[in-house]
Amino acid sequence: MTRTAQRTPLIELTGAGKRYGNVRALEGVSLQVHAGEITCVLGDNGAGKSTLIKIVAGLHQHDEGVLRIDGEETRLAGPRDALDRGIATVHQDLAVVPLMPVWRNFFLGSEPRKGAGPFKRLDVDLMRRTTREALARMGIDLRDVDQPIGTLSGGERQCVAIARAVHFGAKVLVLDEPTAALGVKQSGVVLKYVAAARDEGLGVVLITHNPHHAHLVGDRFVLLRRGTMAGSHNRDEITLEELTRQMAGGSDLDALRHELRRA
Amino acid sequence: MSALTDTADERLLETSSLRRLLARPELGSVVGALAVFAFFAFVADSFLRTSSLSTVLYASSTIGIMAVPVALLMIGGEFDLSAGVLVTSSALISSMFSYQMTANVWVGVGVSLLATLAIGAFNGFVLTRTRLPSFIVTLGTFLMLTGMNLGFTKLIDGTVSTKTIADMEGFPTAHDVFASTLTIGGVAVKVTVLWWIGLVALASWILLRTRTGNWIFAVGGNQDAARAVGVPVDATRIGLYTGVAFGAWISGQHLLFSYDVVQSGEGVGNELIYIIAAVIGGCLITGGHGSAVGSAVGALIFGMTSKGIVFAEWNPDWFKFFLGAMLLLATLLNTWVRKRAEATT
Repeated sequence: MTRTAQRTPLIELTGAGKRYGNVRALEGVSLQVHAGEITCVLGDNGAGKSTLIKIVAGLHQHDEGVLRIDGEETRLAGPRDALDRGIATVHQDLAVVPLMPVWRNFFLGSEPRKGAGPFKRLDVDLMRRTTREALARMGIDLRDVDQPIGTLSGGERQCVAIARAVHFGAKVLVLDEPTAALGVKQSGVVLKYVAAARDEGLGVVLITHNPHHAHLVGDRFVLLRRGTMAGSHNRDEITLEELTRQMAGGSDLDALRHELRRA
Repeated sequence: MSALTDTADERLLETSSLRRLLARPELGSVVGALAVFAFFAFVADSFLRTSSLSTVLYASSTIGIMAVPVALLMIGGEFDLSAGVLVTSSALISSMFSYQMTANVWVGVGVSLLATLAIGAFNGFVLTRTRLPSFIVTLGTFLMLTGMNLGFTKLIDGTVSTKTIADMEGFPTAHDVFASTLTIGGVAVKVTVLWWIGLVALASWILLRTRTGNWIFAVGGNQDAARAVGVPVDATRIGLYTGVAFGAWISGQHLLFSYDVVQSGEGVGNELIYIIAAVIGGCLITGGHGSAVGSAVGALIFGMTSKGIVFAEWNPDWFKFFLGAMLLLATLLNTWVRKRAEATT
């Protein structure tokens, strides 16, 4: 709390809730995202992680509570609105078009053009060069920006998506389970780029169910359970063991251990 | 990741040019076209005469003009089963409007353009609004247009064909634009060949060098991803259907001005030939991959086969068999080539 208490958070959710019909998906969740910090959202399947990021990414609107962006109370009209306010989301199912080259994917939706009138065309050289440079700046050395992005590994694709968000001037980067489908080594690489994005001054929201990954890079931790907030801690307030225990279900885990114990 | 960066450069030098060639969507069709050409040059003596080749080119162009926008639509991930009869509708509107209003035929041509584009946009609009599969939506418009073509023609003209407009004002110039024969270097070339080449060039430019082209690939390749980064997915789709309608308008006017009259039952079944040309040319049936040049090569294969069988003095009934075999082979080849090109190393 000490170094960030005076600053206005980039994003601040207070008591946010969301219902789908008669299902209460989220209730009373509060969250702060500061520039140059990583806020981890942890929770089991069905804990409300996806609903939470959909609110932040502009895909859904919250029914209760307050969303502040740069201290200003607001509602997001849609994903484009979120992007325009500097909130870039990298979804779990990766928003890339597998058959398209890396450079076309990199600029998709924000293509630079040159020329006038009917001869207005993509600035292909600039796109290729910028893609290569933006990736290099994040420490990603790609053999060929012309290869279809589907030929990259899951980890590489995550890294391209992160580099893309950084390049387009995102202030907040929302990552949905970036390491969920990855091996140990690839997860490490992705976490390195998450840290690189933080060092560029971005506020990062990292959604994960892996407390080890969260504790490696996180500055603050929000724990969700069954749609409600089960805990909110700063890095210096919680150890990895405690985080793992809470994440695993705390007392539920003790009960499970008891149940599974050999007779 | 680290392994990639360490060995990146050597690997790039070794495989890049070959890989890039294999990744071209039209490669398979070019190989196929050469094979078909060699085959008919061998079995049919008259195939290599310039007059035969201009016949082949003409047949290819009539299919090719529609195969280009249909290919774009397929790259965008959709079908249009109404494309064949829309050509006839476009010709009918043009002819009947001019005749009934005793107007200059160019007025009819203009009205037809607007009406045809509107039908194309309607396809796209219904598709994006209802989110039904394009197969169903355009099957619906296909049936409706087939019925309307016959119904309106019988209602207005009393028969299944329109009245001749050959003696009407503006016919000669319209004939020049849509159905004339030019002599280029001693070879008779139908004007449709020029329309065809023009459309291929325009479509290639759009696909490879404009923002719209990027969106077409993205919409067909992964529409959720495209939407998430702010691509106007629905507008792109509606635009693609309007593009097909534009092709149908050119084809329709050609049909009208080369025969003066239009048979209202024509066009049924052609929609599949356009799709076949696009698929032979390397368009992926699931969208996201393909090229305009490929669709042109596909149309050329169609033209060579349909006319080559005649020059070889075979029973033309065999044509469909050849076309079917070609489609299977081309699709297999394309799939194989694409797997090669995309194989993760």
